[in-house]
Amino acid sequence: MAEPLLARTGWAVRSWWLCARMWMRSMMAYRASFALNLLASLVTHSLDFVVLVLMFRHTDQLGGWRLPEIAFLYATATFALGVANMLVGSVDGLGVRIVNGSLDTMLIRPAPALAQLCAERFSLRRIGRPLQALAVLAWSLATLDVHWTWDRVLLVPALLVCGSVIFGAIYVGGATVQFWWGESKEIQNSFTYGGATLLHYPPTIFAKELVAGVVFGVPLAFVNWLPALHVLGRPDPLGLPTAFQFASPLAAALCVAAAGLAWRAGLRAYRGTGS
Amino acid sequence: MLNAAPVEAQVGRPPDPDPGPGPTGLASALGLYAAVARGAFRRYSTYRAATLAGTFTNTVFGIILASSFLALWQARPNLGGYDQSQAVTYIWVSQALLVTVAVWGGGFQDDVQDRFRSGDIAVDLYRPVDFQGWWLATDLGRAAFQLLVRGTVPLLVGALVFRTRMPEQPVTWAVFLLSVLLAVVVSFGLRFLVSITGFWLHDSEGVRSVMLVVSMFFSGMLLPIALFPGLLGELAPVLPWAALVKVPTDVFLERATGTGLVGALGFQLAWAVALLAAGRGAQWLATRKVVVQGG
Repeated sequence: MAEPLLARTGWAVRSWWLCARMWMRSMMAYRASFALNLLASLVTHSLDFVVLVLMFRHTDQLGGWRLPEIAFLYATATFALGVANMLVGSVDGLGVRIVNGSLDTMLIRPAPALAQLCAERFSLRRIGRPLQALAVLAWSLATLDVHWTWDRVLLVPALLVCGSVIFGAIYVGGATVQFWWGESKEIQNSFTYGGATLLHYPPTIFAKELVAGVVFGVPLAFVNWLPALHVLGRPDPLGLPTAFQFASPLAAALCVAAAGLAWRAGLRAYRGTGS
Repeated sequence: MLNAAPVEAQVGRPPDPDPGPGPTGLASALGLYAAVARGAFRRYSTYRAATLAGTFTNTVFGIILASSFLALWQARPNLGGYDQSQAVTYIWVSQALLVTVAVWGGGFQDDVQDRFRSGDIAVDLYRPVDFQGWWLATDLGRAAFQLLVRGTVPLLVGALVFRTRMPEQPVTWAVFLLSVLLAVVVSFGLRFLVSITGFWLHDSEGVRSVMLVVSMFFSGMLLPIALFPGLLGELAPVLPWAALVKVPTDVFLERATGTGLVGALGFQLAWAVALLAAGRGAQWLATRKVVVQGG
């Protein structure tokens, strides 16, 4: 089973790449427009951080966390969301495709429907959000007062990758709901954009029930909160075992498995109308 | 769009060709716009599931942002002249206004954009109904529905979960509704100007995305204007975007009372009139420019 699964995944990634490259070429036909859009996207997404900075003009701590630490949370959450949004974010167009029947076209093409859906209208312009996040991350890492041990250093790239995977799985899993409930797109926004906004702030400012909900329910806490506790040397407000702070890869794997199963179930439940 | 049908059906039968001046003409014109607004209200109320999903999202964002404000006001009590419960209420009222006042655009703008693409905009211009008045009526109908659902539910949840501050004077509710109405008209005025650039640019998407940023920031949606530093803090309260969120929340939290209240409403009214007049001017210029390609 492992071999075909690996081969199937490889083919799905290749299909995604072929579709994405096609969209990239078509959009690169308008270079000036692309440059302007990228610039606009950079400015737009920086605004969230500007608001945080403005807040810190009035205080030097929020929930006991200082600006460089919150910048670390902001940057890692924004980067993960941005990468997931760029790679698979288009999947939320599923509901529209079901309504207008164009999902059927994708299903008869000799490439995985999910890969096509994720690559649909792929736009490099969406790189604005992760790029901006990397700039904030660089500033944060330079300003942070952290004793850098090897495990802390390794945890940073690991959490960026795992976080992107978790958000990607949430995009796909959330879109799957649209097989049954076509107008649910906005609910998904509360887990993706809402989730990233939640992760901009330290867990100490939220109700314990909410924090527990994003550890054991929708595992957003594994994107950056839990690993950041270790990187920044902060106590866990929930008092969970230390193992949780290193469990992001496991959480990411579980998310992908859950999203994959949900997608299969959704696709099986789907009936085209034949129009 | 398919769902534009019910609205159009209402006006498929145009009013009397020449109602002439006088009270009957005015009454029938008002009746027409009321019908258009009712149609828009009904059209938006069709999407119950999407409205429910959107309300859920507003509530989630409300909880997250209210928690962050609570932390900020714990660190700095009375920051910007808001006490803790006022700061939290600010978040819930602004979430209630976000879609109602269309702070990040949308509403009739999507319809107008579609009509630019399809060329139907030419048809709109020779209808026996005023272009600006028609879209204003649809937007008021839309806002009424959004306020009813996406406005009230998050506010209720907020009041249940957090310690909020509801108006002490009952009359504040009525003044608040008036202020929201003015906010919608100011927002319409701004969005109408953005959409009308489509007559020159063919596609107003770029201008819209710039406006989204400006509007989210200067309306006080992301952070109360009272917290803006320096020059920004002096400039923001006089810009039209302050009429969208800042003024209605000031009214709701009873920060504006007496002459201050009259001044705040006057500020909204002044921008509403100025923007509608500017929109009318732009429309006059635009109609001179339209070249209809036959077919």
